[in-house]
Amino acid sequence: MSHSLKNLKLKIWRQKGPEDKGRFETYDIPEISDEASFLEMLDILNERLITDNTEPVSFDHDCREGICGTCSLMINGQAHGPQRASATCQLHMRTFKSGDEIVIEPWRASAFPIIKDLMVDRSAFDRIIESGGFITAATGGAPDANLIPIPKPVADAAMDSAACIGCGACVAACPNGAANLFTAAKLTHLNLLPQGQAERFKRSEAMVETMDSYFGSCTNHGECEAACPKEISVDVIAMMNSDYRKAKITNRKTLSRT
Amino acid sequence: MSINLDSKIPAGPLADKWDNYKSDEKLVNPSNKRKFKIIVVGTGLAGASACATLAELGYQVEAFTFHDSPRRAHSIAAQGGINGAKNYRGDGDSVHRLFYDTIKGGDFRSRESNVHRLAQVSVDIIDQMVAQGVPFAREYGGMLDNRSFGGAQVSRTFYARGQTGQQLLLGAYQQMASQVGLGNIKLWNRMELVDVVVVDGQCAGIVTRDLMTGEIISHAAHAVVLATGGYGNAFFLSTNAMACNVTAAWRAHRKGAAFANPCYTQIHPTCIPQSDDFQSKLTLMSESLRNDGRVWVPAVAGDERAPHLIPEAERDYYLERLYPSFGNLAPRDISSRAAKRAVDSGRGVGPLKNGVYLDFADAIGRLGKSVVEERYGNLFEMYARITGEDPYTVPMRIYPASHYTMGGVWVDYELMTTIPGLYAAGEANFSDHGANRLGASALMQGLADGYFVLPYTISNYLAPMLNKAIPDTNHEAFKLAEREVKDRYSRYMSIGGRRSPDYFHREVGKIIWDYCGMERNQTGLEKALSELPALYEEFKTDLRVTGDSESMNQTLEKAGRVDDFFQLGMLMCKDALDREESCGGHFRSEHQTEEGEALRDDDNFAHVSAWEWSGDPTAPILHKENLEYEVVKLQTRSYK
Repeated sequence: MSHSLKNLKLKIWRQKGPEDKGRFETYDIPEISDEASFLEMLDILNERLITDNTEPVSFDHDCREGICGTCSLMINGQAHGPQRASATCQLHMRTFKSGDEIVIEPWRASAFPIIKDLMVDRSAFDRIIESGGFITAATGGAPDANLIPIPKPVADAAMDSAACIGCGACVAACPNGAANLFTAAKLTHLNLLPQGQAERFKRSEAMVETMDSYFGSCTNHGECEAACPKEISVDVIAMMNSDYRKAKITNRKTLSRT
Repeated sequence: MSINLDSKIPAGPLADKWDNYKSDEKLVNPSNKRKFKIIVVGTGLAGASACATLAELGYQVEAFTFHDSPRRAHSIAAQGGINGAKNYRGDGDSVHRLFYDTIKGGDFRSRESNVHRLAQVSVDIIDQMVAQGVPFAREYGGMLDNRSFGGAQVSRTFYARGQTGQQLLLGAYQQMASQVGLGNIKLWNRMELVDVVVVDGQCAGIVTRDLMTGEIISHAAHAVVLATGGYGNAFFLSTNAMACNVTAAWRAHRKGAAFANPCYTQIHPTCIPQSDDFQSKLTLMSESLRNDGRVWVPAVAGDERAPHLIPEAERDYYLERLYPSFGNLAPRDISSRAAKRAVDSGRGVGPLKNGVYLDFADAIGRLGKSVVEERYGNLFEMYARITGEDPYTVPMRIYPASHYTMGGVWVDYELMTTIPGLYAAGEANFSDHGANRLGASALMQGLADGYFVLPYTISNYLAPMLNKAIPDTNHEAFKLAEREVKDRYSRYMSIGGRRSPDYFHREVGKIIWDYCGMERNQTGLEKALSELPALYEEFKTDLRVTGDSESMNQTLEKAGRVDDFFQLGMLMCKDALDREESCGGHFRSEHQTEEGEALRDDDNFAHVSAWEWSGDPTAPILHKENLEYEVVKLQTRSYK
């Protein structure tokens, strides 16, 4: 059942802090069980580094079941590694073979500055949500939950895009470092629902413009969809663009009336 | 310091208590609310919902999370659903029934008034979350769908696929984010609470460590809310996320907050078994699988044949045999113990003989593969990814794992700890689940506390403080706390031993799991209480932390958390030793019926054990809050 892989070579990006230039360092893994997850392999390496009195590799991770969106890593040039529809924490060593060289880098995007080694600062995502990624409904005044029926296909489509875990793989995979898939997933979730209509155009305008102030522009490569651990479709970007265009007109009209 | 366990339960009949409280509490005028600063630590369901609501009301709110974003909190990983006594099915549900199920599920060890309030506000939570745009599952007519969960005879669980926790957390996070955007909440990310500051017996603020720079910073406030989750990672291996820890609650405990019922821990029956020594965490497989999967082990020990070669007659479907009326859907604590016994009897399966089978062959035969795939496809895929086995053809292997902690910081009816001005919400407090939590109740409690309880109760404390000065961060108590924190972290750096914090975490977790896990007894607990201090001494002299304390250092962060797990572990064992009965998740092998079921002792143990910090982790001081039942009659839980 359980086998082990031998003689892996890891090339890992090491960078002491935001100001450091950074460089690759090579580590040998003489043997590792194929039952180990990718992050457990890094845990084992880190234990060894501590034993050797060397500073371990810093990387972000938390739930280790693919839902919190904390983990990242470009593995051999692919965001979250070679396995489709999964986050790095769901990747196991059985995906690799003995003798492999594995290159591990942080997300690379100008909006995600490197903190240390493989950790980046993704707080620009929070700024996008703060600018409009919500439905304003103060606690206490909500009507009965069944008052507004929502057709199942609409609820399902909203759920499909709400499944985004905010990991940033879409940005890392994009040659332009654009955050269109992330932003559009949230917009689609909220703009499809009846509860989201009142703020639909205000939200679309605010989120798109906040996104543009941090991230690069989308030129329809589609790399984001391929990298997304939740398989969110690029269709959401089309919906975002359509709503943004309407928003520019609608919101301008409203302004002229006041 | 002496501890006062006044639960402040309001007067009146049970069903009127919350309304009575709300009618009598002191309020703060809307324009005066901005004069009060409230610190909320933790941004999971309880923390995010509290932040959002308090900011909407007009208070100055400062939110702290040690994650890179509030959206990472571990509430996000809850799968199954959230209970709400809506009675949308017309199947006989009511506030009273949800209240009763929760009390019974908790094995009659929770406070009636708190649980009743929880059931009352459960209804408002569903409304609030739908208003936030949470995409709950719907029927074709557009109405909300429900499912049923363990320990209940009605369908009252609302869900969003297998990602209910994620969708609820994102709803609360977005509501909070809108207030951050408006400037009503100041958000501090990658900041960890490292101490709580008390001045003249009242909570004056907190001390944090900036995880990016190592800077130690004090923050003063009128009130502080701890919404910092549970301590399931004390066992090292658990379904909790890697960073979950007890530090915030423990630091508050050391400053005077009583810690209640630490031995009440929930071991979830359906997790993927450990596969190797280096394993870092365990993964939960939703309880819903037990609707169609059959649990079994070989009838005789040492049977090493592949599962499909073991004939029906030589299998033991032990849950169906022992609990014919609930069968494979017996409650969590009972199913977990039965699995442990099967494995302990030498009948465990898998390469390490540390699991039991959860077999879908019958369901696939009866329903067809496509129906099973439709119901559980995502879970099967998750299992296959982790184990490399195909559960459509080979039975799943499962084993119980630490999942949730019912114990926590003691709070009164207002969710205030024994330190005035310090509150605890969500899994961090002990209040609602007694000795065992029912499925789909954790999300309910987190949101109840944050949305509908704290915003009311906190004004009762703040109102009399209007226009009175509070200690600022130059106060000697803050300076002293900062010095202590700096000393503590530089001590970790300077020990210069040989072992990493993870090594000690693994070792301490193993002792707690072996002796204070699913089954406890006097001999084992006494052994743990002698081994833990010895290992703790080793931690203090043989720890190695690399790097420096002035930049991002995950090893140093971990060292502080493991230190607190050591002290908590001793308290867990002490509490388990003191509680000479079995109830819910706390099973003392000396106290069981002839059939091996939990044997409660209501005459001597119908109380909350609230422990006071004495300065010595091996010698905590016990205080008791008697549980008085006005409405519910204590009876033996039976699922046979």
